[in-house]
Amino acid sequence: MEVAYYPGCTLKTNAKVFEESLINAFNKIGIKLKELNKWYCCGTVYSLATDNLMYRLAAIRNLIKTKEEGFSKLIVPCSICYNTLKQANLMAKEDEEAMAKINAFMDEEPDYDGSVEVLHPLQILAMKLDEIKRMVKKPLNKNYACYYGCLLLRPKEVAIDEYEMPTIMEKLVEALGGSAVNFPLKNECCGSYNVVSNKEAVVDRVYRIITNARKNNADAIITSCPLCHFNLKEMQKEVKKLHPDFVEMPVYYFSELMEKAFKEG
Amino acid sequence: MAKKKPEMKMVRIYIMGKEYKVPAGLTIMKAMEYAGYRYIRGAGCRAGFCGACATVYRKEGDYKLYADLACQTTVEDGMWLVQLPFTPANKATYDLNKIKPDDKALVNFYPELARCVSCNTCTKACPQELDVMDYIQASLRGDIAKAAELSFDCIQCGLCAMRCPAEIAHYHVAQLARRLYGKYIAPKAKHLEERVKEIEEGKYDEEMRKMMKKSIEELREMYNSRDIEPEEEEEAKEAD
Repeated sequence: MEVAYYPGCTLKTNAKVFEESLINAFNKIGIKLKELNKWYCCGTVYSLATDNLMYRLAAIRNLIKTKEEGFSKLIVPCSICYNTLKQANLMAKEDEEAMAKINAFMDEEPDYDGSVEVLHPLQILAMKLDEIKRMVKKPLNKNYACYYGCLLLRPKEVAIDEYEMPTIMEKLVEALGGSAVNFPLKNECCGSYNVVSNKEAVVDRVYRIITNARKNNADAIITSCPLCHFNLKEMQKEVKKLHPDFVEMPVYYFSELMEKAFKEG
Repeated sequence: MAKKKPEMKMVRIYIMGKEYKVPAGLTIMKAMEYAGYRYIRGAGCRAGFCGACATVYRKEGDYKLYADLACQTTVEDGMWLVQLPFTPANKATYDLNKIKPDDKALVNFYPELARCVSCNTCTKACPQELDVMDYIQASLRGDIAKAAELSFDCIQCGLCAMRCPAEIAHYHVAQLARRLYGKYIAPKAKHLEERVKEIEEGKYDEEMRKMMKKSIEELREMYNSRDIEPEEEEEAKEAD
């Protein structure tokens, strides 16, 4: 099976390991992720903070390209891109006036009607748990805290799972032979872009999130968001400066666990 | 009775708002010269290669603003014209030898790349019909090779930069991409390296010295009886 795949800029730069591990893991369960020939920076979630339709052009254009390249579904692994594209698609379905303007502006493209389904890879994996279990060569045998952050769950219209108490990542971990710990802070914000202008806020959040995972006996924390991954991983050094007794914790993309569990020997 | 001269078909054009009648079929550049303008800037090769004669125009009854090269576009009746002799665009200063061709190289020198909203106005403005927005997006995600490849036919006319709502200097970004590609990424041409080495070692010095002593007539004879590369020979035949 081949599905259209939108990498986003970060998977081509700072999060290459996410892209590589995801493509490999999907190949193992018989799904080929076909990168769109033409795709554009989604505009990221802060583009959604205003009503300026110029910031929706990129997202809508990606959905048009998906259709043009013959696909009706689009897999988007980066939480930020997922959220942006999914919300833009919702707008395309619901806001006729906005879409009339966008379609008129993008007169070089066919009109867009909201008919592409934007999916997160975890949603695909949730339907493939049996195949995943069959592919496991080395069960994980460790405790994982599944960190969703905000963007996979909010606003609730774009949530990939039950938005207050998601379990979709936990089910994947269990299928891979690991155990998913209770993790109350799994949908707390990591501080996001504040890492640029208000680092202390992020350091504080990372301290709380990882301490909570640690208290619940997690050995590692997993995520699908390159920015959460960066904050959780890189800010631990800063946490350590403020809290010398803090014990650092490894951070992985969920796809890295799949690769690990699928590996022979 | 004298034979009636065939009437020349004329079209109306507006140059910076003033109406002129010019023969149909002229290029914008020729039409402006016909109307009495003299180019002291904004004209170069007159053959669509140098990118000096960027021009913008509207057509009567059409809201769109078009962009093209004045030497390559034929005037139409009711065209409103203006020339852009220069593009004021920010150009980064760098030492190519000190830049690493990594993911961030282009965005570090041109951070305004991140302002791209994918409106595609640059692509619509490009007289070379390049996928300008696509190479800007490739630059944003650090794909230098792709940016170099997609921008290869850029003639630096600057129209993309003049139309961009995000104020990106596309053609300068692309030039940096091609420079980085050429220096660090493209496979090296072995034969070129060997030839440069031969030249440096003085293999051709003697021949050059002999040639410099020859008269114009002798040089002309040498030129006319030179070995012609097969491709060139064919072209010469076709021209005859």
